[in-house]
Amino acid sequence: MRPTGEVEAVLVEILFFVFATLLVAGALGVITARNPVYSVLFLVFSFINSAAIWLLIEAEFLALVLVLVYVGAVMVLFLFVVMMLDINVAELKQGFTRFAWLGWITALAVIGEITAVIWGHGLGGIDVSRGFVSEPANYSNTMAIGQVLYTKYLYPFELASVVLVVAIVAAIALTLRRRPGLKVQDVSRQVAVRAEDRLRVVKVSAEKHS
Amino acid sequence: MITLADLLTLSAILFALAVAGIFLNRKNVILLLMCVELLLLAANFNFIAFSRMFGDLTGQVFVFFVLTVAAAESAIGLAILVVLFRERRSISVEDLNTLKG
Repeated sequence: MRPTGEVEAVLVEILFFVFATLLVAGALGVITARNPVYSVLFLVFSFINSAAIWLLIEAEFLALVLVLVYVGAVMVLFLFVVMMLDINVAELKQGFTRFAWLGWITALAVIGEITAVIWGHGLGGIDVSRGFVSEPANYSNTMAIGQVLYTKYLYPFELASVVLVVAIVAAIALTLRRRPGLKVQDVSRQVAVRAEDRLRVVKVSAEKHS
Repeated sequence: MITLADLLTLSAILFALAVAGIFLNRKNVILLLMCVELLLLAANFNFIAFSRMFGDLTGQVFVFFVLTVAAAESAIGLAILVVLFRERRSISVEDLNTLKG
């Protein structure tokens, strides 16, 4: 639904600030949580809040992709790895505060510089929740992206699939482990076996039992 | 209404937090990967904001590709992490000193 009246515009703004606050809180949780499992869960929380903000600025397709692909697949992968590895958290947190001041100073400098540029150039008045041109009521963001993706960006799209295949092959090849001395079936050898490999026909001379 | 400046400021805060996270958690490889994900998310915010501002879908298509490459990156990164943990029984960055002269 496109916000048309004043009330809807204010509502969208309030929702944006709520989700933005939660997003920043989630990001803070990611970088300060003591346990990596909590960090992953905070990251999931941040991604869901970002998806909500993307819905508010009418990038519906990407919001759904973020939840389905990112939260559904990539974050679950992270969670798997974090829980599978037996990590010594205390050792990794040693010297946690040694460079913390440098990190916070860098963060403040980045925020200060970027906000100075943004607010110093009068970008404040541009409304992005409403869009550049007003689309018709039956406008579909997914369909519009699909029309661009499968025509103008077809080659990059196919290259992206190649990247994903390479990632699958690399991930499997890296983590594949061959343990020596393990008793496993070798199906191809079982199938290729011939009778003379296993069976020996011997002539036994008949003998009279006395 | 949500202005462009609101979104860009939010993205700047997210980016700065992720950079701070890389400083803070410099020993833990998993947290470094998570901070990279946050950095990419901040960049995606900028792409979508400008895409909405100009009424051009190219920015959103680019975010789609960024998500693809980020998924591939984290899959391979986690695979390397698992192999590393098998070899060293630890994922501390400080144990990765084989190439040190």
